[in-house]
Amino acid sequence: MTITLALFYLFATVTVGAGLGVIGARNPVHAALFLVLTFVSASGLFVLLQAEFLAMALIVVYVGAVMVLFLFVVMMLNVKTDPLNEGYAHYLPVGLLVAGIMAFELLSILGFKYFGLDKYSMPTHLAGDYSNTKAIGSLLFTKYVYPFEIASVVLLVAAIAAVALTLRKRSGVKIQNPSEQVLATKAGRLKIVSVASSSPQTDAVEVQS
Amino acid sequence: MISLSHYLIVGALLFCTSIAGIFINRKNVIVLLMCIELMLLAVNINFVAFSQYLGVLDGQVFVFFILTVAAAESAIGLAILVVLFRNRRTINVEELDTMRG
Repeated sequence: MTITLALFYLFATVTVGAGLGVIGARNPVHAALFLVLTFVSASGLFVLLQAEFLAMALIVVYVGAVMVLFLFVVMMLNVKTDPLNEGYAHYLPVGLLVAGIMAFELLSILGFKYFGLDKYSMPTHLAGDYSNTKAIGSLLFTKYVYPFEIASVVLLVAAIAAVALTLRKRSGVKIQNPSEQVLATKAGRLKIVSVASSSPQTDAVEVQS
Repeated sequence: MISLSHYLIVGALLFCTSIAGIFINRKNVIVLLMCIELMLLAVNINFVAFSQYLGVLDGQVFVFFILTVAAAESAIGLAILVVLFRNRRTINVEELDTMRG
């Protein structure tokens, strides 16, 4: 057994095991942390496949951004975990049945008979000065430049939509309105009224006139 | 040596795991979103494996786009979840039956 095969079995076992941990964990925080472990070991598999850029992108994007977002939401909502797991045993048989049938069907196709080493030989070992990032970048900015722009628009729409969904106005809260404060003028705030002085003598004079 | 079949089997097992997770966790929307992320990861493993064994780099570019869409999807999904929890005080799937006819 070579070192790469041993590493493959290590990463594959941890990936699938942590995936089972995600669906089995009672606490959503534990599930999120298991998902982090799944992504890290899957990026190990990507490194074995000589796709270094995607391995690093998986760690930066998923572990660094998406999973932190998940953990943030889990902790912000502060859901009681106990009543959420009542139907666990109720749905377990049907879930295992569907997953088992699906796994059987997939494994019967994806076995070594059709996708073994005699059908698809090992990929060539790339040279030390080969840059996976450079190759993906040149492909991304030539052949796939239009989908790349669309992907950036998708991200922009997602960012704006997330803000627009969660933005809310509370009633009955005292807040400052800066534009109103800046636009305040002397005419709007100050009103000069001429008040007639009310000494008894002048009153008498006015009555006389 | 590692064959293409090894990677495909890992992806298939991960996908079936997340299918089972969607069936089992009927009470918590957050775990359902995590299962969807797990499914996308299984698809990504298949894409990278095929890309490497067929010697075509386009598969890795597709993984890049899947990562983008998955990040957008989880951001909007979690935003909807926050609004849902604010309005209904629950994220239990079985209590979210307002639209039942």
